[in-house]
Amino acid sequence: MNAGRLDFFWLALVAGTAATWGLGESGAAGTAAVLGILAIAALKGTWIVREFMGLRRIKFMWPALVIGWLLVVLAIIAATYWKGQA
Amino acid sequence: MNAADMALKPGEPAGRPVLGGAQAVALHPPGDLAIWVFILAELLAFGVFFASYAITRMHNVALFDEMQLTLDRRAGAINTFLLITASWCVARAVAAIKLDRTRASGRWLLWGMLAGFGFVGVKIFEYHAKLSLGINLATNTFYMFYLSLTFFHFMHVLLGLAILLAVWVKTRRGGYSSADHHGMETGASYWHMVDLVWVVLFPLVYVMR
Repeated sequence: MNAGRLDFFWLALVAGTAATWGLGESGAAGTAAVLGILAIAALKGTWIVREFMGLRRIKFMWPALVIGWLLVVLAIIAATYWKGQA
Repeated sequence: MNAADMALKPGEPAGRPVLGGAQAVALHPPGDLAIWVFILAELLAFGVFFASYAITRMHNVALFDEMQLTLDRRAGAINTFLLITASWCVARAVAAIKLDRTRASGRWLLWGMLAGFGFVGVKIFEYHAKLSLGINLATNTFYMFYLSLTFFHFMHVLLGLAILLAVWVKTRRGGYSSADHHGMETGASYWHMVDLVWVVLFPLVYVMR
């Protein structure tokens, strides 16, 4: 586990959090905003799983299970928001 | 699996065989396998909670959007920063112990715990603000979800902090090294799960509308 790599992804996670908060503060709403916010959450979650949890170099099944959970949950959320706006 | 496939990396805990090749791939995730079964069960529970929130919101969009504006989004963002920072510190602690830098590992764990306690403080501030306004589980459907979902997560943060405290004490006593840090990785994996769940919870409850 490379310390510099961990530092880089911490900064990326902080930037992602700032972007999500900024979208909320700007009053962004609707399909594009929701998809943008969910995409940021997907990126942040994937970075945590691969870099901090250390699943980057683990046999496929384990990262697939955890990242798969993340993507399924985000897809369910996206579907309900899309249906709620329809 | 042949003998070459069973070769261990230097400093790799026993029971974590790696496959050969330039990009070695371990068969098992860091820490105890039992904690990963627990983590998957926890993720399933949170997943059901998130789906329930989203489906209920789908039928009550106006109420959820109106009530979301009464939340302290800045507190939610600060707490996201604190949890991400705590997770980073814990990852740095694991990286340090793999180099036998025991004191540095202990310091990273301490910073991680401080960030975690910061999260607890901000969350108590948020709960106090809502409860002092007479808001409770019965106020409406949004607050039933907000209070129960965030409190369920809050309890996981407290358990994570108790685990990190135990890992920190053992680290201070020299209980971990580059050759044996299985316990630290087990505690770290649980803590990262708590962080991962919040990364979904924050935009879902505080931001998306």
